[in-house]
Amino acid sequence: MKSTEILNSLQVSLTINRLCSQLIENHKDFSNSTLIGLQPNGIFLANRIKNCLEKSINKKVLTGSLDITFFRDDFGRKEKPLIPSVTNIDFSIENKKVILIDDVFFTGRTVRSGLDAIMTFGRPLSVEFLTLIERRFVQSLPIRADYIGKSVDTIKEEKVSVLWEEENGKDQILLHSPIEI
Amino acid sequence: MKELSVLNLLGINELTKSDIDLIFKTADSFKEVINRQIKKVPTLRDITIANLFFENSTRTKLSFELAQKRLSADIVNFSASNSSLTKGESLIDTANNILSMKVDMIVMRHPHSGAAKFLSEKTNTVIINAGDGTHEHPTQALLDSYSIKEKLGGVKGKKVVLVGDIKHSRVALSNIFALKKLGAKVMVCGPTTLIPKYIKHLGVEVEHDLKKAIKWCDVANMLRIQLERQDIQYFPSIREYTHQFQLNKEILEITKKPITILHPGPINRGVEITSEIADSEHSIILNQVENGVAIRMAIIYLLAGSINRS
Repeated sequence: MKSTEILNSLQVSLTINRLCSQLIENHKDFSNSTLIGLQPNGIFLANRIKNCLEKSINKKVLTGSLDITFFRDDFGRKEKPLIPSVTNIDFSIENKKVILIDDVFFTGRTVRSGLDAIMTFGRPLSVEFLTLIERRFVQSLPIRADYIGKSVDTIKEEKVSVLWEEENGKDQILLHSPIEI
Repeated sequence: MKELSVLNLLGINELTKSDIDLIFKTADSFKEVINRQIKKVPTLRDITIANLFFENSTRTKLSFELAQKRLSADIVNFSASNSSLTKGESLIDTANNILSMKVDMIVMRHPHSGAAKFLSEKTNTVIINAGDGTHEHPTQALLDSYSIKEKLGGVKGKKVVLVGDIKHSRVALSNIFALKKLGAKVMVCGPTTLIPKYIKHLGVEVEHDLKKAIKWCDVANMLRIQLERQDIQYFPSIREYTHQFQLNKEILEITKKPITILHPGPINRGVEITSEIADSEHSIILNQVENGVAIRMAIIYLLAGSINRS
């Protein structure tokens, strides 16, 4: 495996700031909007975005976390059943503008599951999707992101890993490629 | 702690502590799901489950059906009273006929102890025991322990007394296994005739005085007198049993600490427990029913993972 840095700590921070500015352009003071991080990896990004937005607009932003395990399309196709993470949405999403958040946008299957899962909490006014890293040319479904931190051209055999300061001591995004590529 | 150590749920005795922890953790997620605006998830939409009830059941059957429907499984129901059993068909023939219809999982209640194990050895499908004779009722014990954990924050170190007909109760045996594995201290209490002779070998204490048992415990699980399983008279009269073993206000006043009260249902109000106590703030009988659906969803979900789709 060969690892290349896609974003370093400073670039992650600048990218998150830019994504927040784009969100504020569309959602103004967030009075009718809510952030939903997709478990397990999207919640770190959702919390960063939440903190950044709250600093800018000086107001609380409704944020929840959504587990999509029971809505996946690969149940019974893996050796072991996946163990769910915690869902925490203690507010109504009825008629709200929902922004689903995940760190990496790969095949689109997680987002598809997320769209189904969020609808079990009510009927949102609209749903958008925000991602830090979009992997181009590998999507399996007709799903696109509305807010993109950085797009990278990858093939399926490659892997993107996102390291967060909260877990790993520093923010860093890496692309791992098989040596022969 | 990523998957169960068993392929079928035949009894608590075969589960490890980490199996029980995994079931509880998964049930937490399902409990959140069944409190959503839309309570259904699509997970098991290509799974078919047969509910074979060779013995009457209201709560367990309803709870399993609801759990299966919440998981989007297709279900077929079978009850002994209106089946070919009355025409003399054997258990294996009945099960094999149902399996020929491409059923992936069987939930079975049967009046004979060991029926679930027998079926698991003779058929190539996932079996969940919903009560077999006087042997085990694993889902009931799991939901009981889960409800205790939810109410008291944990099971380890808690003192739990099971009161009533221990001899004929599969709920009692499964509860003893589950509570011991989770580190609780267990006592059984009832008339001498309804306590099995060698029950102490399971590591439980035996008490015949309800007042002493109540003073000792944090949790009391009141079992029903199973008149349908009593071939001989084990106590002189219901009136005498009630006099000695009924949980009522006077008994509870002996101890100053609050005691959590469970009952697996159906309740014989005025026999093993008074209405006043069954409906009191310390009773978690209705929480048990709600938790039953979440626990059964978790078990079906975890066991369905081993069904081969290819």
